[in-house]
Amino acid sequence: MRVMVLVKANEKYEAGAMPDEQALTAMGTFNEELVKAGVLLAGDGLHPSSRGKRIAFGGGKKTVLDGPFAETKELIAGFWLWQVRSLDEAVEWLKRAPFTDETVEIRPVFEAEDFGKELAPKVRAHEERIRAQAAAREKR
Amino acid sequence: MPASDAREAIQAIYRIEAPRLVAGLVRLVRDVGLAEELAHDALVAALERWPREGMPDRPGAWLMATARHRAVDAVRRERLAGRKHGVLAADADTAPERELDSALDDEVGDELLALVFTACHPVLSTEAQVALTLRLLCGLSIDEIARAFLAAEPTIAQRIVRAKRTLAEARVPFEVPRGPALRERLSTVLQVVYLVFNEGHSATAGEDVIRPALSEEALRLGRVLAGLVPAEPEVHGLVALMELTASRFPARTGREGEPVLLLDQDRARWDRLLAGRGLSALTRAEDLGGARGPYALQAAIAACHARARTAEETDWPRIAAIYAELAAVEPSPVVELNRAMAVAMAEGPGAGLALLEALADEPALRGYHRLPAARGELLARLGRSGEARAELERAAGLAHNAREREMLLLRARGLGEGGDADSRVRPER
Repeated sequence: MRVMVLVKANEKYEAGAMPDEQALTAMGTFNEELVKAGVLLAGDGLHPSSRGKRIAFGGGKKTVLDGPFAETKELIAGFWLWQVRSLDEAVEWLKRAPFTDETVEIRPVFEAEDFGKELAPKVRAHEERIRAQAAAREKR
Repeated sequence: MPASDAREAIQAIYRIEAPRLVAGLVRLVRDVGLAEELAHDALVAALERWPREGMPDRPGAWLMATARHRAVDAVRRERLAGRKHGVLAADADTAPERELDSALDDEVGDELLALVFTACHPVLSTEAQVALTLRLLCGLSIDEIARAFLAAEPTIAQRIVRAKRTLAEARVPFEVPRGPALRERLSTVLQVVYLVFNEGHSATAGEDVIRPALSEEALRLGRVLAGLVPAEPEVHGLVALMELTASRFPARTGREGEPVLLLDQDRARWDRLLAGRGLSALTRAEDLGGARGPYALQAAIAACHARARTAEETDWPRIAAIYAELAAVEPSPVVELNRAMAVAMAEGPGAGLALLEALADEPALRGYHRLPAARGELLARLGRSGEARAELERAAGLAHNAREREMLLLRARGLGEGGDADSRVRPER
């Protein structure tokens, strides 16, 4: 399964503060661990919201808004896309990240299988039949 | 933290740490079976103690220390019983702890790689290599492996027990092969990984059963290998092939779960992220001088499809040329068949048909439904409907998959009624 890992913003980040060398090195090392484990699919840092724009869709209108945006805690400073076996695994990897004062959110990504849930019982029943056959063969 | 959550968190941690843990322990005790037992004991200890004591800062180190402690006990017991135990019995007067520590002084980095090569050792059958790799390197449970290969659980359990015994009896050294042996042994490893990848998305006899988690494990293991042996082009070639193939997975099945062939797939559903990763991996393989490796060549073909925005834009001459290279590097009748189809797309069905004729008496393809299916397609395109129908019906008779059979019969019937003679050749998904 995949998860998106969203690093939330804080005041320092929104003010445009750049991470110091130590922080960059630590993050680089962490990213390397993710790559070596085959977990990292993608990731990047985002510029503060002052560099961004929004479009509000609603009431038949499309309103373009310039950053910065107010609700700092809900803004995103960076993201990763990870391939993991479970949400628990994602949590364990995130615990190893060199964050000190940030909130980071993990969200599972929709996969094709999620849209085909009706197939699952049929497929599972079929698998059970084949395994039963295999087991019966072993006994002979 | 509620008990069940703690348990799952600990299991997740264990699965992350297990391969390196087992690898380190094999280096110490020189026995895969014992190493696994010790690792498992450490897990049991963690499940007991961490919920009470809190999670350790460095779970991997905690597990290793616990397992080492038990290893010392195990060695002491062996000595009391008068039994030698591998390299640790070398000097009976040395305290077990000291021997273990000096063993640790050996190169640490190579351990995981040594475990990979051990699990895929040529003394083991392919089945055993696959089971051991899934167990030791991917952390799958016996039950999960059994379900993945639609086998009975005791069968898999036995297979793994026997594999460990075979390794012990053959006194397989725990090491990374050096020199020319590395590449040779690596090709076995890559074969195992690719086998697992294909098991995860291939049709089994009967109906389509896709087991995506298996393909994900293989892809992940491939990426791990790319990090462990970055100088080996074929590793990157295999990773490229898997990433590119996986990039098409979201488009492979239709709404009823029916398979959709490559040229008919909705390319908007192709995963561009994976395709991009595949193309990068392929470049890496080529930069290392490995453009003509079999996996890199197959990846190059997949790359041609990935780069085509529509089926019509596919660079068939290039694909045909790559198949020709593949045929030279790793000749096989199946490659020839694929080459014939690519040539048909590039130069017309007649040219493809001529190449297929050369395969008519190929013993390896006897009973292989894709050969008459391919002939049927090309004959239909040439307007030779009667012959085409016969070939497609023959192919249907040979298909060992109900859905494939249906599709071939449908196409055959369509020709007979003078209906849709859409005879585009159909590459696999």
